Amino acid sequence: MVPRRCKGPLCQTIGRPPTAGSNYCSLTRVPAVSENEGPLLWRAEGLCTALILIDSVTKRYPDGTTAVDRLTLEIPDGAITVLVGPSGCGKTTTLRMINRMIEPSEGKITLDGRDIREQPVNALRRSMGYVIQHAGLFPHRTIVENIATVPRLLGWDRGQARSRALELMERVGLDPSLAKRYPYQLSGGQQQRVGVARALAADPPVMLMDEPFSAVDPVVRKGLQDELVRIQAELGKTIVFVTHDIDEAIKIGDMVAVLREGGRLAQFAPPAELLSAPADAFVEDFLGLDRGIRRLSFFTAAGLELTALPIVAVDSTAEQIAARAVPQTPYLLVTDTEGRPLGWADAKDLVAGSNTLIPYGHSFVAGRDSLRAALDSAVLSPTGWAVAVDEDGRAVGVAAQETIAAAIRAAHAELPSYVRDPGGTDPAGNLASNPGEPTDQEVKA
Amino acid sequence: MGGFFRIPSDLQHSYLGLVGWHLQEALIPVLFGLLIALPLGQLCARYRWLYAPMLGITTVFYALPSLAFFVVLIDYTGLSDTTVEIPLTVYSLVVLIPAIIDGVRSVPEETNAAATAMGFGPVRRYLQVDLPIAVPAIFAGLRVATVSSISLVSVGALIGNEGALGNLLADANFYHRPILAWSSVVTTAVLAILIDGLLVLLRRLLTPWAVR
Repeated sequence: MVPRRCKGPLCQTIGRPPTAGSNYCSLTRVPAVSENEGPLLWRAEGLCTALILIDSVTKRYPDGTTAVDRLTLEIPDGAITVLVGPSGCGKTTTLRMINRMIEPSEGKITLDGRDIREQPVNALRRSMGYVIQHAGLFPHRTIVENIATVPRLLGWDRGQARSRALELMERVGLDPSLAKRYPYQLSGGQQQRVGVARALAADPPVMLMDEPFSAVDPVVRKGLQDELVRIQAELGKTIVFVTHDIDEAIKIGDMVAVLREGGRLAQFAPPAELLSAPADAFVEDFLGLDRGIRRLSFFTAAGLELTALPIVAVDSTAEQIAARAVPQTPYLLVTDTEGRPLGWADAKDLVAGSNTLIPYGHSFVAGRDSLRAALDSAVLSPTGWAVAVDEDGRAVGVAAQETIAAAIRAAHAELPSYVRDPGGTDPAGNLASNPGEPTDQEVKA
Repeated sequence: MGGFFRIPSDLQHSYLGLVGWHLQEALIPVLFGLLIALPLGQLCARYRWLYAPMLGITTVFYALPSLAFFVVLIDYTGLSDTTVEIPLTVYSLVVLIPAIIDGVRSVPEETNAAATAMGFGPVRRYLQVDLPIAVPAIFAGLRVATVSSISLVSVGALIGNEGALGNLLADANFYHRPILAWSSVVTTAVLAILIDGLLVLLRRLLTPWAVR
């Protein structure tokens, strides 16, 4: 019997087997924007387009140190692939080999099936956006000139490059009034936005990002991460992102490659799978202690059973309150007349006419937020009940910690067995050999 | 102050004529020095091992007395401006080469990496990235070289009347008119201050991007 091959064009050439019950492998995907315009979803159908193939690449330096050791990675098209690992794991070296700032000692890298050494090095680099820590802007050029750099190198005329630069400033959320400023007049976060705009200027299919957000403060960093995910969903770039921050990797990555010291691949998997089934003790240790909790970010709270029973408006009559003060709900959630939550009240006290409110902590948005947000809300609430609100902030229901725990158990039960049971996983994180349907669709949808 | 601007006729120049001549003899060497130092500095920035020997050679030249230069050069260039300008050019290198190296090295590491990653060719990179960013450091060197050149021109008086304002010093001695010495010294100092100010202004115009 002829071995089955994934029908994706790239897999046809490298002979990767499809997943069970499908004609395609687990790296195959079509761009599709989810309902809430979140990251692109993975699908077990459509074109398989691993754009960059790093094929058993080794980088050894003359002094004998090995920065990257026989690394093989298939970087899928139109997704964010994160290289993460401790310092000295060769992640930046790997990134720089993709645009030939560093040449590999062994192995080869192909872009769209072509060896990257086939075309002139500067042409290759101009086809890849590059974003770096501290932005690396040209201090002597204005913001708009900085962004227009690569279009100008490619021979666009001045006006064309300039209008493109202004368009990109808007896309990355920079005020157009900054166009004529110089880099030193901008904050670190703004400079980094300019860096992203500059990398996008010539509309390259590939973006290489080397710890771009690690030098800005956590609040700004979160904003930049959200922005990057949004821009990627809009433009469908293939992004290779290097970081040492595993939380950042899990937050923005569609695929995460964990590298260990000496430049060896420890695991290559979607973030949810990384959290549920770390390949070995190194990956588990690198993920940190609360990976179980963090993994809940990948489960939607949409299926969580909410009850609106204990919700009362602040102008309710005594009878209405009394009707809701049943034994299962010792506390009632009081809302304003618009339905926005104000706080919890002891049912007995409320019936008795007291109006002391207990703060409700923070709410989660029903249908959008994850089970992690719901659980967090319940844990922080003094009553142990999480408050769910709609997009406008009106309370739609509450859920007890027990209900959330049941939802978590149910969500786990729906996963394929190899994800539930780490013992059954291929330790190399080799998706192609994993049985069953890809998990990504289920956990991210 | 009667004789301050009255120049003895043997100098064959008016006061302003001397000033113009002095500037010419002082600034041409700095200009040539810069033209020589730019490629040498770039070379040293690229091949770091060259820096120490280069600095050694320029320092040795700097240590040579100008009189010794003159003795050698008179056979070739005679009693001319050129004979004064050549040693001054050589002296300017000792300041300009390190300034250019500092300038090229002042390009931030990440800016360098970004330029490489964006696909700048070597020539474009030099003209559009390295050189403009090096301007503040180059100007720092240029100011020192210019001021010292303006003061050094006066030694040209040693080989006959080739020292421009410096010739006034010889005449002050010769005619017993100390006012001529004052005229020489004060004018040279004022010139140096003015030209230095002009350079500062020029640098500001060239680098609107620099942090102030």
